[in-house]
Order: sequence, then structure tokens, then C-alpha cells
Amino acid sequence: MFSQFKYWKPFIGPFDPCKPIKVKSYSTPPHLYIGFQPPGMKQFSPKDALMHGTLWPQLYSPYPDPNKGVKKD
Amino acid sequence: MFYYEKKLQYPVRVSTCNPMLAKFLIEQYGGADGELAAALRYMNQRYTIPDKVIGLLNDIAMEEFSHLEMIATMVYKLTKDATPEMMKAAGLGDHYADHDKALYYHNAAGVPWTATYIQAKGDPIADLYEDIAAEEKARATYQWLIDMSDDPDINDSLRFLREREVVHSLRFREAVEILKEDQGKKKFY
Repeated sequence: MFSQFKYWKPFIGPFDPCKPIKVKSYSTPPHLYIGFQPPGMKQFSPKDALMHGTLWPQLYSPYPDPNKGVKKD
Repeated sequence: MFYYEKKLQYPVRVSTCNPMLAKFLIEQYGGADGELAAALRYMNQRYTIPDKVIGLLNDIAMEEFSHLEMIATMVYKLTKDATPEMMKAAGLGDHYADHDKALYYHNAAGVPWTATYIQAKGDPIADLYEDIAAEEKARATYQWLIDMSDDPDINDSLRFLREREVVHSLRFREAVEILKEDQGKKKFY
């Protein structure tokens, strides 16, 4: 299912030397889910497109996750 | 064909959070005299070595893969919970830029592993002398790693690995003696 980032809980060993990172993440940007870009996708205004690096909001991929650490629903 | 046993040859415990040690340990992972070079060198040379010593090269190659896993476990345990800031502070900023926290076959200075580290000359004496030299160089590397590490648990594993280099070196020297066919001969001086 589409989301810009996936989060997973790695195994934490009983004898790990460092303070564990309990949740790890990886990036699944929007182009993975588009397949072949259909015509007529919603567009940014020209100025916003320049700032975002893409003409289409659907292709925009923020990094790092702006919602990092925010619980869903 | 391989049978994989899902355990390490010797336990690997890491007691102190010291990611900088991973930067040094990686020398034995992807360095010129590291475990990967050793395993691949012996597993390749074994084809054209005389039958009497094929088994030796085969068995030692397999053991080197087990050592490779132990080194990987140490590096992974030392870095898996490091933040990017900790990686930078540990001198692993260059590694993080290229690999995140993934392991990679390069030496302590970040030079990627290359097949030019190993040789297969076809001449059994030349090959075995290279193998002996490789074991002695790996033994020395383990010494310098133990000198720099103050983690008693890591040092325990490193001492085990160093000892195995000593044993392997003697076995290769014995292989040379076998090929010399000079044993049990009456010697007159």
C-alpha cells in the first residue's frame, strides 16, 4: 500500500552493546506505485513546481519523513 | 554444495558501544589480508593444487567463511544502533555517505575489495607460500586490532580468530613439507 515511508521493528538482541533503535525505516517514494504515468495528473502552480522539483504533487517525495514519529490515526 | 549451520563458529559478544571499532574491524572483512580474501583465495587455488592437499585448502576456505561471519557480526552489532551523528563521530561518516549502515567489502580506509588481493599461480609451492604469508599477515592484523580494542568480549573473539591463523599457517607449512616429499628419508650431511 502506498505510503512514502515504511517502518519496521528490527530484532533487538539481549546483549546488544548500544541503545537500541527500536523502529527502522526505508523509503518507498511515489514513482514506485505509478507504473506508467497517466496523462492529465493534477499539477502544481509553475512557482510551486519549481520549488518542489516536480510539476505533479503526486510525484513529490519529501525527505526526511515530515510525519516521522507521529502516530497514525 | 554447502550445508549451512545457523550458528557462529565461536560466540561473538560485544560489551561496549564503540562504533569506531567497526571502522577498524572492517579491515578483516574486506581488506587485502581479510577473511573474504582468504576464503576466496583457498577455495580457488584448491582446484589446481596436488590431490594430497586439496582437502586442506577446501577445509580452511570453509573455516575462513565462518570467520567472515564472525567479523560481520561484530561490525553489525557495533553499528546497527548508531545514529548518523554517532557514525560521524566514530569516523564512519564516509561509510555512511556511501552505504548507510550496510556492511561492505572494503578495508579500514574504505578501499573496496579487489581480486588483485589474491593470486592463483598454479605452482603449488608459490601458492602455498602465498597462503602462509596471508595467514601471518592476518595474524598480525588481529594483533593490531586487539591492541586498539578495549572491549574484553570482542578481544576474546579476536584472540580466537588470531589463534586460528596460527593453526592454519602451520597446516599450510605442513602441506609444503608433504609436497617436498622429504619426510622419512634418511638424511646424510
